[in-house]
Amino acid sequence: MIAVRDNRDRAAFASLFDYFAPRLKGFIMRTGTGSGQAEEIVQEVMLTVWNKSDLFDPGRAQVSSWIYQIARNRQIDKIRKENRALPEELQMEEETEPDAGQVLGLQQEADRLKDAIRNLKPEQREMIEKAYLGELTHQEIKQQTGLPLGTIKSRIRLGLERLRHELKHIR
Amino acid sequence: MKTITHHIPDALLAAYAAGTLPYAYEMVVAAHVSMCDACRADLAAHEAVGGAVLEDTASTAVSADLKSNLMDLLDMPFETRSAPTRKGIYPGPIAEALKGKAPRWRPLGGGVRQDILDAGPEGSARLLFIPPGMAVPDHSHNGLELTLVLQGSFSDDAGEFGVGDVEVADQEVDHIPTAGPDVPCICLAATDAPLKFNSWLPRLLQPVFRI
Ligand SMILES: [Zn+2]
Repeated sequence: MIAVRDNRDRAAFASLFDYFAPRLKGFIMRTGTGSGQAEEIVQEVMLTVWNKSDLFDPGRAQVSSWIYQIARNRQIDKIRKENRALPEELQMEEETEPDAGQVLGLQQEADRLKDAIRNLKPEQREMIEKAYLGELTHQEIKQQTGLPLGTIKSRIRLGLERLRHELKHIR
Repeated sequence: MKTITHHIPDALLAAYAAGTLPYAYEMVVAAHVSMCDACRADLAAHEAVGGAVLEDTASTAVSADLKSNLMDLLDMPFETRSAPTRKGIYPGPIAEALKGKAPRWRPLGGGVRQDILDAGPEGSARLLFIPPGMAVPDHSHNGLELTLVLQGSFSDDAGEFGVGDVEVADQEVDHIPTAGPDVPCICLAATDAPLKFNSWLPRLLQPVFRI
């Protein structure tokens, strides 16, 4: 992803596509979208990834989280009358070098999270999938928790603090 | 600046990440996240769960020409929606709902004014303007009401809420938010059902003002 962002590397983008496009299509179709429209959304998501790669910050997000969020935005804007309400974007400066330790730390937390999900009991895991596929209301999500999100939250907060600090420094 | 002490509950952040909130609640979450790095990070954690679920989703083969078509489109201009930007006291997502204009305030009685940003079967979102020391008419509501302070402060039985704070009130709460003494309180209130006012005057006004 960094090669896509910094070098506009088409081969790297092609491998991102190979990995994510079939998963995205499966993911979008699970929410009841037909194959044709799902591919349309996949195409738009991947074009957004290419055109907005400067917004990707590996100190705050994994590629999969970032793509998940883009896919959600696209789907909602497509099916709903109102566009999805989005938060403001943090301005990133060109020269902001991601902190290698932070990127690695986040990677480790994300891997731990994936393991935690894979090790859930099948019915718990199904609830998590349903929740993040958008099949549960917020009241239903309230009933079920159990994922250990504390450490990944603190890790992302660190990345955010570092970015804030650097922005202050530049200004 | 005063630090934010009342945050978005975790289940709402998860539902926002998953895209299942009605637009009115979405606006409150997106506006608060624009003002609060703690919730921005927590939302990103939920998106990380979403990303993990996405990666573990069973793949479905894509058509043969999807990739080549896409690679051809990389050099073409592509319209993407930009994230909204703040305007004055209004965080990006609210400024966007206002279409960049100032609110069109309508009187609600007692100097309290409102501007309805969104009203539909799924819920409603309105800006409220409460003069210093004044109270919003006593009201109850079905479901959940989220109130985000944008200017000044208000207090009620649940405590004091300053800029960036969110009050989460369920249907049992019969609350009377009163604005702080110094400046008018401006806040964004979102419900998943129409508000019902308990005093007779606002109730009479309800059909007229779409409360
Ligand atoms: Zn917060």
